[in-house]
Amino acid sequence: MSKPVVATASLAGCFGCHMSLLDIDDRILTLIDLVEFNKSPIDDIKTFTKQCDIGIIEGGCCNSENVENLRNFRKNCKILISLGECAIMGGLPAMRNGIPIKDCLEEAYLNSPTVDDKIIPNDDELPMILDRVYPCHEIVKIDYFLPGCPPRADLIWQALVALLEGKPLDLPYEVVKFD
Amino acid sequence: MKEIKFTIDGKECKGKNGQTIVEAAKDNGVYIPTLCHFEGLKPAGTCRICTVKVGGRNMAACTTPITEGMMVENNILELEDMRKAIIEMLFVEGNHMCPTCEKSGNCELQALAYRYGMMAPRFPYMWPIRQVDATIPKIYLDRNRCVQCLRCVRGITTKDGRHIFGLINRGGKTMIHVDDELAADITERQAAKAMEMCPVGAILKKEVGFVVPIGKRKFDTKPIGSEIQK
Repeated sequence: MSKPVVATASLAGCFGCHMSLLDIDDRILTLIDLVEFNKSPIDDIKTFTKQCDIGIIEGGCCNSENVENLRNFRKNCKILISLGECAIMGGLPAMRNGIPIKDCLEEAYLNSPTVDDKIIPNDDELPMILDRVYPCHEIVKIDYFLPGCPPRADLIWQALVALLEGKPLDLPYEVVKFD
Repeated sequence: MKEIKFTIDGKECKGKNGQTIVEAAKDNGVYIPTLCHFEGLKPAGTCRICTVKVGGRNMAACTTPITEGMMVENNILELEDMRKAIIEMLFVEGNHMCPTCEKSGNCELQALAYRYGMMAPRFPYMWPIRQVDATIPKIYLDRNRCVQCLRCVRGITTKDGRHIFGLINRGGKTMIHVDDELAADITERQAAKAMEMCPVGAILKKEVGFVVPIGKRKFDTKPIGSEIQK
């Protein structure tokens, strides 16, 4: 039987969750024995080359590219996991949710004391910024949630192993934290 | 004082006349989750997390006194799921960004979410617009995190018994407000007490922050209620 295929993505996140995945230390060697990586920043595969079993999403959706990427993951992965606070509730980027988008753009590109050319970027090549930051499960169906900022390496590891072995997940108290 | 016999989930318990279910349960080593309740304050029954079944009826265990022969249901699936739902509702109706909050690790709402295994709330986030008040001496009031438990309203008063915190508006617009005149003379001790009393990070003491490192905070290693549960 071929190995299960894993894909990962960082949307509106800081790559901290991916760092935490690397934080499983030498278990990463076991992980490569257990799974095959497809589209992911870890192996730098940019597009899906086959149907994947598990998709791991870091970060919420703050622009049109995030949404497209997330929908693409839903299409290509059997199981989708929201990894970390940003994917689950928007996280730090979502702190702009109470501020109108116009004010955000003006603050960043017109009124900030360090801006030089006072232009709000608007090019077809650039993704459109959304009215607010959306958690992943408000855009597509998400199967599992692993909270944390970042999620503890042990949480990611144990969740992945439980999923791969088809066993129930019995987590110690210390590994599920929201910060 | 007259001893009262009652049961919680079939367990024989003894309590004193006038005790509430929460208090009596604690004396008998049974944890009933609470959030708005604070030992020493008059119970308010605002959050409903302590809801138990008495004779098939839902009752707030923090306000209901025990009676002879009372049969309380506490640790049953229906109640546990309802409690989890209440916690999730509180998370979505405010702006609770745990990674950015100073109270994280010492927060009772967060600790309850850990205890009930909340991975993500089942309800959609509301993103309410709430004001932060940083004008008060010695404390910040961040209403984004307020769960309106009224602990500060009940517990923080001046020497002559006047309330420093109060509620303004009604319904969905209800919010905690500070009496500017009374808050001007707030002491260090009152500020520390207000922060300690606040179950979430809505009241924070100024000029301190992130004092206790991750791993040593109140709820880092032990679930809330584990000191009561026998």
